[in-house]
Amino acid sequence: MKTPFLRSPYAGLLLLALVLALMPFLVRNDFHYDLLTKICLTATVAVGLNLLVGYAGQVSLGHAAFYAGGAYASAILTSQYQITPLPAMLIAAAGVGVIAWLVGRPILHLKGHYLSMATLGLGVIAAIVLNNEDQLTGGPDGIGLPPLSLLGHELSVFGEYPFAGLTLTGVELWYLLAAAVLLLAVLLALNIIDSPLGRALRALHGSEIAAQVAGVDTARFKLRVFVISAVYASVAGSLYGHYSGFITPGIASFEHSIELITIVVLGGMASTFGVIIGAVILVLIPQFLTDFQELEMVVFGAILMAVMIFLPRGLLPTLLSRFQRGAR
Amino acid sequence: MSALLSVNALSKEFGGVHAIEDLSFEVARGDVHAIIGPNGAGKTTLFNLVTGLYQPSAGGVRLNGQDITGRQPHKLCEMGMARTFQNLQICMNMSAVENVMLGRHRHLGSGALSAMLRLPGQRRADRACRQQCRELMEFVGCGAYLEHAASAMPYGALKRLEIARALAAEPDILLLDEPAAGLNATETGALRDVIQRIAEKGITVVLVEHDMKLVMSVSDRLLVISYGRKLAEGTPSEIREHPEVIAAYLGGGANNKQEVPA
Repeated sequence: MKTPFLRSPYAGLLLLALVLALMPFLVRNDFHYDLLTKICLTATVAVGLNLLVGYAGQVSLGHAAFYAGGAYASAILTSQYQITPLPAMLIAAAGVGVIAWLVGRPILHLKGHYLSMATLGLGVIAAIVLNNEDQLTGGPDGIGLPPLSLLGHELSVFGEYPFAGLTLTGVELWYLLAAAVLLLAVLLALNIIDSPLGRALRALHGSEIAAQVAGVDTARFKLRVFVISAVYASVAGSLYGHYSGFITPGIASFEHSIELITIVVLGGMASTFGVIIGAVILVLIPQFLTDFQELEMVVFGAILMAVMIFLPRGLLPTLLSRFQRGAR
Repeated sequence: MSALLSVNALSKEFGGVHAIEDLSFEVARGDVHAIIGPNGAGKTTLFNLVTGLYQPSAGGVRLNGQDITGRQPHKLCEMGMARTFQNLQICMNMSAVENVMLGRHRHLGSGALSAMLRLPGQRRADRACRQQCRELMEFVGCGAYLEHAASAMPYGALKRLEIARALAAEPDILLLDEPAAGLNATETGALRDVIQRIAEKGITVVLVEHDMKLVMSVSDRLLVISYGRKLAEGTPSEIREHPEVIAAYLGGGANNKQEVPA
């Protein structure tokens, strides 16, 4: 028996593609496109982080460091070493992957909450380094990035691009790119989840002892998913850097790491589509709090607590199971 | 007969308490070898030592002639050892058949790249694996739950699911920790058939169990332990007659002997 397509996660991917494709008919201005692009890039990080936190049950409190790592590496490689953006992005991702591997390797042999503590430390160190190495990173003032270039074409948010009789603005094209990246991120994540690798990862969360006696080298698999999720963050960070054209050490902050964890927990651990909804909510919240910016962290904290108490499985999984019960 | 598993002068201390003390025994290839003893005798500790979940304080374990003392569980799995647990170790976040498929981990490539790209070779292997695991679920008698989430299955079915997962690894030796605990008479009867059929496949079975009727009917040999030490060893009929076993197991005073350890 095969799982009917409509009940498989890949149907969700199709639905997501449909929603993303319909968005341009709903939004009216550049500000909306800007939000959508940010949602897609944030959701990309969250989908990767969810592989680590939601599926494998390992908590990283420093994922903003990997995001910032990608963004800063792209900035430095393109502006100081004149490497074109795409190769720079790949080098950045590889570098961040190696750092994650080096940090994770000694820690992931240990049981318990060591990964959380170590990644917390990594995040703090990253923020300090970015703030103080101003020769390289521009310090607290931040650093600029050139526009992304794909196949020799520059993709600037200020540009206009004639395409098949239409004229697309740079903002619109950026949204389409970010949406495509998100879809690819989701596709790769779904593929991982439904594979021997994915089963081994989920088993880490379900019963580490069961995983061990079934032949899973648990330390090795934790390390693998940690590196994969760091690479997800790095790529999204690089893209965000090119999109915004300017980055500051704030993207490596502890607050940003907490925001990423909140997205995963709110949307639904081990629910790839749930965390996308989480990203939508967490990117939109600050828009409603523009007059109370200092309250942002308070609101994130309150959301985290409320979810833990009322929806421990997260938004989407809870709603889905209510809906399914109602349908029966 | 060559010994598949040999335990040599094994000891395990927990803060001064000797859970296992100077225990030696051998399990012959192809046998169903039961380990019995009163509660707290150290049976599960022994399993955890043999399967690498605990590190022994002294002594050694050999599998197929190779020293495996203190080796990590996943390495032992690769060497052909599989086990179940008295307290279930089921991944409740996965479906029933996926739990069994986890058992085939050592036979499947689990590369990240082939997973991400859904390479056809891996897909084909995974489909075949799913089919095999369904058959295993039928074999152990939880075929009614093929499409269920593990969290939706009753206790008795989960116990069998663990056996299916262990079998999925295609082990040479299978350690079952109280497989009949919590099962009713009919279920225990079905379990006996399953154990016999596993043994017929040539898999060596080590069985920790309290249900004496089951133990006596399926075992080729028995090891009796009490307070972490070997009390007796032999065939079911030898053990049935053994005075010390009767004393320790059925309570002191049997056969008018008062040799219950203080």
